[in-house]
Formats: sequence, structure tokens, C-alpha cells
Amino acid sequence: MADIRSNFVGIKSPNPFWLASAPPTDKAYNVERAFKAGWGGVVWKTLGENPPVVNVNGPRYGAIWGADRRLLGFNNIELITDRDLYVNLREIKQVKKTWPDRALVVSLMVPCQEEAWKTILPLVEETEADGIELNFGCPHGMSERGMGSAVGQVPEYVEMVVRWCKQNTRMPVITKLTPNITDIRKPARAAHAGGTDAVSLINTINSITGVDLDNFAPQPAIDGKGTHGGYCGPAVKPIALNMVAEIARDPETRGLPISGIGGVTTWRDAAEFLALGAGNVQVCTAAMTYGFKIVQEMIEGLKNWMDAKGHASLDDVIGRAVPNVTDWQYLNLNYVTKARIDQDLCIKCGRCHIACEDTSHQAITSQVNGERRFEVIEEECVGCNLCVNVCPVEGCIEMVPLAAGSLDKRTGKVVSGDYANWTTHPNNPMKVAAE
Amino acid sequence: MGDRQHQDGIVAGRLSAEDYARNFADLHPPLDAHEARVEADRCYFCYDAPCMHACPTSIDIPMFIRQIATGDPLGSAKTIFDQNILGGMCARVCPTETLCEEACVREEAEGKPVQIGRLQRYATDAAMAAGRQFYERAAPTGRRVAVVGAGPAGLACAHRLAMHGHAVTIYEAREKPGGLNEYGIAAYKTPGGFAQAEVDYVTAIGGITIENGKALGRELSLTGLAHDFDAVFLAMGLSGVNALKAQGEEAGGVENAVDYIAHLRQASDLSALPIGRRVVVIGGGMTAIDIAVQARLLGAEEVTICYRRGKEHMNASLWEQDLAASKGVVIRHWLQPRRIVAEGGRVKAIELEYTALSEGRLTGTGETLTLKADQVFKAIGQTFEPAALNGSGETVALEGGRIRVDAEGRTSMPKVWAGGDCVAGGDDLTVSAVAQGRDAAESIHRALMG
Repeated sequence: MADIRSNFVGIKSPNPFWLASAPPTDKAYNVERAFKAGWGGVVWKTLGENPPVVNVNGPRYGAIWGADRRLLGFNNIELITDRDLYVNLREIKQVKKTWPDRALVVSLMVPCQEEAWKTILPLVEETEADGIELNFGCPHGMSERGMGSAVGQVPEYVEMVVRWCKQNTRMPVITKLTPNITDIRKPARAAHAGGTDAVSLINTINSITGVDLDNFAPQPAIDGKGTHGGYCGPAVKPIALNMVAEIARDPETRGLPISGIGGVTTWRDAAEFLALGAGNVQVCTAAMTYGFKIVQEMIEGLKNWMDAKGHASLDDVIGRAVPNVTDWQYLNLNYVTKARIDQDLCIKCGRCHIACEDTSHQAITSQVNGERRFEVIEEECVGCNLCVNVCPVEGCIEMVPLAAGSLDKRTGKVVSGDYANWTTHPNNPMKVAAE
Repeated sequence: MGDRQHQDGIVAGRLSAEDYARNFADLHPPLDAHEARVEADRCYFCYDAPCMHACPTSIDIPMFIRQIATGDPLGSAKTIFDQNILGGMCARVCPTETLCEEACVREEAEGKPVQIGRLQRYATDAAMAAGRQFYERAAPTGRRVAVVGAGPAGLACAHRLAMHGHAVTIYEAREKPGGLNEYGIAAYKTPGGFAQAEVDYVTAIGGITIENGKALGRELSLTGLAHDFDAVFLAMGLSGVNALKAQGEEAGGVENAVDYIAHLRQASDLSALPIGRRVVVIGGGMTAIDIAVQARLLGAEEVTICYRRGKEHMNASLWEQDLAASKGVVIRHWLQPRRIVAEGGRVKAIELEYTALSEGRLTGTGETLTLKADQVFKAIGQTFEPAALNGSGETVALEGGRIRVDAEGRTSMPKVWAGGDCVAGGDDLTVSAVAQGRDAAESIHRALMG
């Protein structure tokens, strides 16, 4: 059986599934339930200075849904903990004592002054928590007060605060990054320069989930008004995966431990984050949607997949996909694929046809010999994958690579087995001369 | 259960009041808003959707379902009514299992089609409950059209003609409009006076006058109508019933299924409706199922459908056959009636002969079976009665015993169109009658305005 025990910057947990700093980790009651359910660790919901912040008393959350009202994207305008700092610290100490084998990291956000950090760090150390996470991500409310993403968006501030923390605590420091920035590598490099032990990402994305069309109020609406909240859930996973990969493959931050966050809902999502360089994952929306029990599926699913693939430990998986992330210009232009529709699996909905016909390359039939039948016209197919993406039946349409030496009926050219990319392409005005 | 549950003979009040109410409640209760959204989400919005092609009225099914899914049930209803103004009734009575839902790609994918019929009902109910009319009459054309028969074909034709600004008079032989929707369909498919509510909804467009109690060959003649109106649409359905060709079928207790169903549909108190203890139904179509199931629901202890061919030859859909079975009806195949056994002029049993196909021909094997019966229903098909067409002058040509029409519904006689069950070559479905009425109206409109 695969060993999924995790050691993330020296913080040990029985599995790589942590709950992210968020409502599920705001107090001992929830955290103990999470540990009972099997979660490997938690990042306690962000602590701040006393007196605690206050939250709105109207809706804090908004969402978008897919078919059957499956929650796809989730948004919140909740702030950091609104409970007394010392109540939280007391509970953290008690929970850590009761659950010594689980990871317990404390998220922090105090004003951008060294004194403020110097004051809170010893209080957290005293709880014997395993580490701290710096909340440089929250995009709403706290950022208006010069904290959260207001720090995370300025690499110099990130570096400065990280350095203060490293100088004032023995605890490992994880720096949580905001995605509300043009280039995620900049704050990651800054955190690295400040001496952070790890980065965690992504925090939530600025968002309005919708508009109430009866009163034209942005959602979620408080007394008819709305503000941008933080977007998360399955919909943000692709954005998070890319940002994790960017940091994982950046020469300046390569090797910097990453805690992957953003739409992790199943074991498969977690495995993908690990493959792109995350050392563990943090989960929130999936737990808030379905409850803590999902971690059992994640634990078993990850183990079963690792067993099936012969991966003995997490180290066999972490970062394995990073070397395969490259820039567009290095993609092999001699790699040619054609869609192929499995007629036994096809249910004849015709969506591949109309998508291709209306919006792409007119490469799928709607009738063959007068019968409703959907077949790829190889002479037209550019291999774009749209048909695969719109087909409701998984595995019905496949992109099949053409073997070297075979004829691409669209271009009339023989497929080359050689690798060739844009940098040397004749159409590229900046092409480098072939050696 | 009433105290007459096991009484021999044809008696009323076999069940308790609650039993009647439960038995004749909506067969497919309406979807609530949540159920409709969940079901609508299952639709794949297929290209050139197979369900649309399977619908005789070609309703844009993916579009109306998408409109439900996006929270626009009234828009959805208009999509339906654009093609089928009787979409409400069709949602209830269409054999969707052999039409749209059989063609649904989800049927192919997982053996569980989108419940198109129930979604159609959801949308059309919403529009009717809101009293929302989607169509306005065009400016009056001054043209007058007579429609004979206020059934699905006649109503659909009248609505489309009224929309185009023509003045329509519908002549209906019975006391109420609606045709088979009012007098024929099984009661549990359209409870709550829906047929009349739909007639009101359809005629609310204006420009349609219904005169009840006026029949062709009785108060009216075809030549007279053709003389008095700019066009005539014949949609009088089938008024004849095939005979059993069994010895002694004139005995008491041997009845036409359609007459009994009409009676049932008009009954204000089902407990006053007498039904046999042991009922035999002869036939294999929808009417046979409808009478058999309703006989059971009225408290008949044993109901047996006897059909002279095999299961695969039955006109009733598999779904309808299963429905009958679930209600305790026994369906027996390869049996044809030979003799009614009567006592004191009333049926006591029916003698049937086993049949077999030999060289494509159905023949009796000589072996017989006698089933006890105190009531026998004939459900072996209805026929067109052409006598009503015969006036003093010209009349329309027939084909296979029904009115011959071309693709647009034109008969052989100028100014006269026909549609619904009375025309040749149809499938005797409500939805097909609607399509024919609608298309004939367009043809009439073109002819009048051309």
C-alpha cells in the first residue's frame, strides 16, 4: 500500500490533505470534527489583533452552479476570524495537544509593522502549533486596511514581512500568495528572498458571482450593495494549477516547497497539484460543499492510484509533471492529431458536429449515406480537441496522434517524426538559425 | 374497498370513495419547479435533435427544455405552442415512450430518456396558470372557415386560422368541444377538467365560435358548408366501431369500449358507474389498455385483455402494456373471440379460439378457451362513417375507408380540407391530429389569401 504520509517543511501529517485557513477551521469544534474525519492537518483560520474584526450580518457567500445545481465556483466576503485572539490561541493549544500527529498551522494577518508581528508571533509559538501561514491573499475587506492582498500585491512588502517573521520565530513560515496579480512569480520570488520556508497558493480571486436582476444588486448582496469577494472552488483549479507550475519551474524559486490550494475536490485534483510541484494540498470549498467526510475518498483514491501506478510515496509523485510544463514556443509543431469518434460509444447527440460546424473547422459529419452519423473528416480536422470537450460521453472521442511517416490528409504532407517548434519555424520572423 | 367488491354482475360502487379518488388521480403528477430544473438539466441540447424529429408536431424540444433550465417557463411554453397549440394535452397523452423519449439520446446512453412529456406539461401548465396568451389575431381577413369537429385537429386548425385573421366556426356533434380529449382519453391522464380548460385557452385568441350539438349529416351538410363558407376543414374523427364477429355479441354486457370511456369521462360520480366483476377486453390498442385499466380502477376483480396476435403486434406501446400489468390487468395473446355465452340475455362467459400465424395469415387453431365474464368490451378499432358526407351534391373521395387527403390536407373536393383520425394514412394520435389541423390551416390560409 502506498505511503501517503507527508512531511511539508518539517511539519508532519498522516496524509497531504489539509484544510485551508477558512470558515471550516475557525474554532476547535470544527477542527476536531475534521481531525476525527481524517484530515491530515489544518491551517487555523487567520488570527488578527484584538479587538477582532466584525463580519457583515447578511450573506457572506455567493456561488455559481453547473447542471443539477452542482456548485462550481464559490465566493466569500468573510473576513479573518471575528473571535477573540486569546480564545483562538487557547483552543489551538488544546487541539494541538489532543491531536499531536496532525499538522496545525496558524494563519496570521496583522498590520504591516514589525512591532505587530513581533507581538503576535510569540503568542502563537506558545500554543506549540507546527507553523505559521502569512495571509497575504485575502482580496476583500482586509486589503482596504492595508493587509491581505494589499501586501501580497507588492513584492517588496512580501519580502519585508517574511523577513520579520523569520527573524522573530523558530516556526516554519508559509507565505500564502494572492492570485490577484499579473505575474505570480514576483511575490513568490520575494517571499523566497525573505527566507520563507514555503509558499501556499492560490488564495481567492476577486469576483462578483452574479447580479440580482430584480434589484440590480451584485451578489452576494448586503442591503442591495455588493463588493468583490474571493472566488474559489472547482472553477479556479486551472488557474491555481498554472500558478503552482509557474513557481515550480521558475529557476529562481525551483525547489521552494509549495502548498497547493484552489478547487481541490477529489483525490485526482490533489494528485494533479502534487504532480505540478505541490508538496501537499489545502482544501476548503469541497469541504464546505459536502462536509469533512470527502477526505476519506481523497485518501483512498490517492493511495489506490499510487498503488496502481507503482508510486510508493508522495515523493514519487511530487513535481513529476513540472518538466513537462513548457512555453508555447517549444511545443512540437510536428505532432499531428486527429479526432476519432467511437461509434459504439456515440449517443448521436450531435454536439461535436454543431460545435465544429458553427465555430471551428467543419470537420465532423452530421449524416453519412443519409443516416444520422458523426464522423471526423480528416481532411478538415486540425486536431483542436473541441469535440472531445463538448462530448457528453467520456472516452467517446479521442485525439489520435498520426504516426511518423503517415499522411496528414489536411495538409497533404507526410508527418515528420522530428521535433520542430516555433523558434525554428520559417514563418517566425525571429527564428533562430538552424545549426 | 366497498362492500360490493366481490359481487357478480355489472354493479356500481364496488370501491370506497377514497379508492376512486386515488385510482383516478393524475397518472403522472406534475413536476414541481425543483424537479423540472433537475430534469431539464439532463437535456444535452442536441444538434438537430432526434426527439424533435420524432415529434409529429416538430416541437423544438431542446430549446423549450433549455428555457426551463434557464428559468423561463413562459418562453418555454411559447416554443411549444408555436408548433403545437394543444401542447398541454399532448404532454399528458402522447405515447412519448414511442415518440420523443424513445429518440432521446439519453435513452441510448443510459436507458433513461429525459422526461420530455412531463417537462412539456410543466411549461404549458405554467403558461395556462398564468393565463398567458402568446398570439394575437391578424387583422380580420373577412374570410370565413367552417371546421367540423372540435377535437384536437379541429381546434388546432381553428387556432391557426384565427391567428391569420380568418373567422372560424367549429361545429361539434357532441354537447361539449374537445373530441377525444374530452370523451376518449383515459380519465387518469387528464383529470381536473383539463380538456375544457384547454379548449378555453385555445379559443381565447378570439375569432372562433363553437356550435355544439351540430353534426354533419344531421344538422349540416358538406355541400351546404362548402356553399356558405370560404373553406371547410373536416375533422370529425371516427364514429363507427368494429364488430367482434362473434356469435351472440348482441347480449347484454357486451359494450363498445369507446362508449363506456366517453360515459366514464362525463361521469360526475365514479361510484355510480357500474362495472363487471370479471371483465374481458377484446383488442390490442390504446383503447383496449384504457378500458382495461379503468375497469380495474373502477373495482373489477379480474380484467383480461385478449388479443388475437402476439405481444409484438399490439398497437399499445410496451409502456402502456406495462401500465396495464401494474394495475392488475392480464394480457393474453393469440386468442380471438368466437362466441358470447349468454344467460337470460346477459353475457356469462366468452369462448375464444387460439390463433396462429401460418404463412403470414392468422388462422384459428380449433382449440378453444372459455373465460367467465359478466362484461365484455370491444376495443378492436374504430371506423370512419362516410354516410355523413353524403349530401345532395359533390362529396370527397375516400381511401381505405377514410378521407383521402394530400400532403397539405386537401381533399378531392375544392374548398374542403380534412385532418385527424378521419383521414387516411394517419397514426390516430392526438399529436398527429394537431399537426394535420395546423398544417391544413396554413394550406387554407395560402389558398384564401393567394
